[in-house]
Amino acid sequence: MSQETALQLKGVTKYFGETAANDHVDLELKKGEILAVLGENGSGKTTLMNMISGIYFPDKGHIYVNGKEVSIGSPHDAFDLGIGMVHQHFKLINVMSALENIVLGMDPPEGGFSLQKARKSVMSLAHDYGFELDPNKKVYNMSVSEKQTVEIIKVLYRGADILILDEPTAVLTPQESDKLFNVLRSMKDHGHSIIIITHKLNEVLEISDRVTVLRKGKNAGTAATRDMTVDLLTEMMVGEKVDLDIWRTDPAEPRKRLKLKDLTVLNGEGLPALKDVSFEANSGEILGIAGISGSGQKELLETIAGLVSPESGAISFFSKDGDKEVDRKDVTLSFVPEDRLGMGLVASMNVPDNVMLRSYRDGKSRFVERKGPLETAKAIIKSLAVVIPDLSIRISSLSGGNVQKVLLGREISLSPDILLVAYPARGLDINSSFTIYNELNAQKQKGVCVICVIEDLDVLMQLTDRIVVLSGGKVSGIRDARTGTKEEIGLLMTSSEKKKAEGKDGK
Amino acid sequence: MTMLITFITKAIGQGIAILFGATGEIITEKSGNLNLGIPGIMYMGGISGLMGAFFYEHSTDNPSPVAGMIISLICALLVSALGGLLYSFLTVSLRANQNVVGLAITTFGVGFGNFFGGSVSKIAGGVGQISVATSASAYQAKLPFLSDIPVVGKLLFGYGFLTYASLVISVLVWYVLFKTRRGLNLRAAGEDPAAADAAGINVTAYKYTATIAGCAIAGLGGLYYVMEYLGGTWSNDSFGDRGWLAVALVILALWNPLNAIWGSLAFGALYILYIYLPGLTRATQELVKVIPYVVTIVVLVFTSFRNRPEDQPPASLGLSYFREDR
Repeated sequence: MSQETALQLKGVTKYFGETAANDHVDLELKKGEILAVLGENGSGKTTLMNMISGIYFPDKGHIYVNGKEVSIGSPHDAFDLGIGMVHQHFKLINVMSALENIVLGMDPPEGGFSLQKARKSVMSLAHDYGFELDPNKKVYNMSVSEKQTVEIIKVLYRGADILILDEPTAVLTPQESDKLFNVLRSMKDHGHSIIIITHKLNEVLEISDRVTVLRKGKNAGTAATRDMTVDLLTEMMVGEKVDLDIWRTDPAEPRKRLKLKDLTVLNGEGLPALKDVSFEANSGEILGIAGISGSGQKELLETIAGLVSPESGAISFFSKDGDKEVDRKDVTLSFVPEDRLGMGLVASMNVPDNVMLRSYRDGKSRFVERKGPLETAKAIIKSLAVVIPDLSIRISSLSGGNVQKVLLGREISLSPDILLVAYPARGLDINSSFTIYNELNAQKQKGVCVICVIEDLDVLMQLTDRIVVLSGGKVSGIRDARTGTKEEIGLLMTSSEKKKAEGKDGK
Repeated sequence: MTMLITFITKAIGQGIAILFGATGEIITEKSGNLNLGIPGIMYMGGISGLMGAFFYEHSTDNPSPVAGMIISLICALLVSALGGLLYSFLTVSLRANQNVVGLAITTFGVGFGNFFGGSVSKIAGGVGQISVATSASAYQAKLPFLSDIPVVGKLLFGYGFLTYASLVISVLVWYVLFKTRRGLNLRAAGEDPAAADAAGINVTAYKYTATIAGCAIAGLGGLYYVMEYLGGTWSNDSFGDRGWLAVALVILALWNPLNAIWGSLAFGALYILYIYLPGLTRATQELVKVIPYVVTIVVLVFTSFRNRPEDQPPASLGLSYFREDR
């Protein structure tokens, strides 16, 4: 190979307690290439990258930057070596402006620090790479993709040659992802070396030059991307052949179960999060909710669940055969919220106690009835293949996939009529994701009305029956998932914003 | 008229100690440390300054006011800074619960003050017998000529140097916090230490520095009270709950030292209002004394209505940070 090496890891190992998150991992990043690091959740991708960016310190192993061995003890060290990381959960200060976040923590330049000078150089940097940036905008007013832009500029402004992006597209629409990839290509042309962490296979094929696959904390192989296919990558990642098609059955005798009429809901700041939302949901079908993150999905589910009261509009529930309206209390409703450990489960309690949160009203004794929840917990663990060393450990020490299985299992154990699920497979590995999808399908077969917010359009198109698209808190379209196209949904997701922009230009 | 002038000057006198405490607590809280030890630290600053001056005055036959002032100033700064170091070590390095440590330091600090106050009183010959009038005279020295101007002189120039120092320090802390690069970094550490750390900021160093500096400033409040306000004496528990008022003032001031200046004046005025209101009985006096606390609650209610993100407490206030936490 004629290309020089920008970054090399040899035998890097990191333990968390007894378990090795990374076990003797070797990795090589060449100058001016985009390397994809692929792996399931819990395969140690983020841990490995955190060691390169100075968040964690490796227990064993060597790191070389431009051929020289280095020790990276803090993020500051990493910056000095020209390494910058864009974390999956953005590391931005909410109450500060874009510019303040970008200059944060930097050594003062020669001739002293001035926010005016910094503004100039930040803006010219943004211009060079084709970013749109409002330097005075506060982070709390920003959309996810704007925050990501600030993170990337922050890293570039520190003069990073080696960029690490941890799941950058997880929160973006297809259009925003395309834009990001163009920026990455332009950075590559500027001579930067880039590592992109992802578990989306099509992205690996689209953007990377080479791909390194991690499996269970070990390097499972590196290959040139042009030699790879989706099937080959999956096999490397999971270690066995996996069927990638989601099982979808036809709707089971759909009957009207839930009706929203002109629902308007305000968010915490008193601004409308939902505007005149109307749709119906049927029993025996999976209704998907699509939209850019923050388009009102959270408020929609919370309003249906009764956690938020609407400003105006009505929610009506219908009986099993769909012909007469019934009271809310005659309908069993289950909710799997987005924030699993914050809202769904109590992180510091074990599985049976968490199950009990939904059944504490059962039983007649003055004392807590533990037997029932214990049985339910065991049943959940068995039916959803939850990996758990013993029942007494706290939920927070389970992996993300197992947490989600417990939460979904508990909600399903109530035999709901309506099941609300937010991001059912966010952050889950392939096997866990499919367990969840299958369970949702099984519920649909039982005649449950399933409403599901999903960010991954591929999954949404394959799993659901109908799709309600939200854009800026309004329903911008309802499509049949079997006949609609991904592009069509993607456009609906941004539709009203476009209209707004056009309206402005017209004036 | 004279009554009003007296009221205002007394209110300022009351407010200054609170202002020192609030300014110190603001810089501490901006770094993410909720130091509830401030009331104790102020006791420690007061008694150590007093002891420094006392032992100096008793060791020479002809003590100089300036030397006594410098010695007591150094003692107060040093001991209260040590209190801050202790707090930082426990909460930042050992990641102990900030509330528990803070309350422990307050309990300790008040006891520290009363214990040494009692001991020194014994040496001095009995309760209320401590007097470091020589050193205190340096603290109480007023600007010549200017303070002799009628009304204005009394209102604006009739105070010792610590009064003016408290204003200068508040403005300085405001400037550092909101106008400098280091202030930006400090606020970042208090808002989101993980993000600050990822941006290359040494969060531990900033927390230590802010907390220790904050305690030293708060300690001056205790020193001010003992030297300028009381004129160099001590009686146990007389400092009272001024330290807690300082902590409350931080909220009232929305974490801005400039607001704390006005707030301390208001608190000082409300604190002594009962003396100047005619016709109060013992019972109604107590009701008037409650006003500063009621004001704080009302302000809290209003700020939570407004919900402006900039007016909120630092997002990570009271939480400890460990980089490798998962």
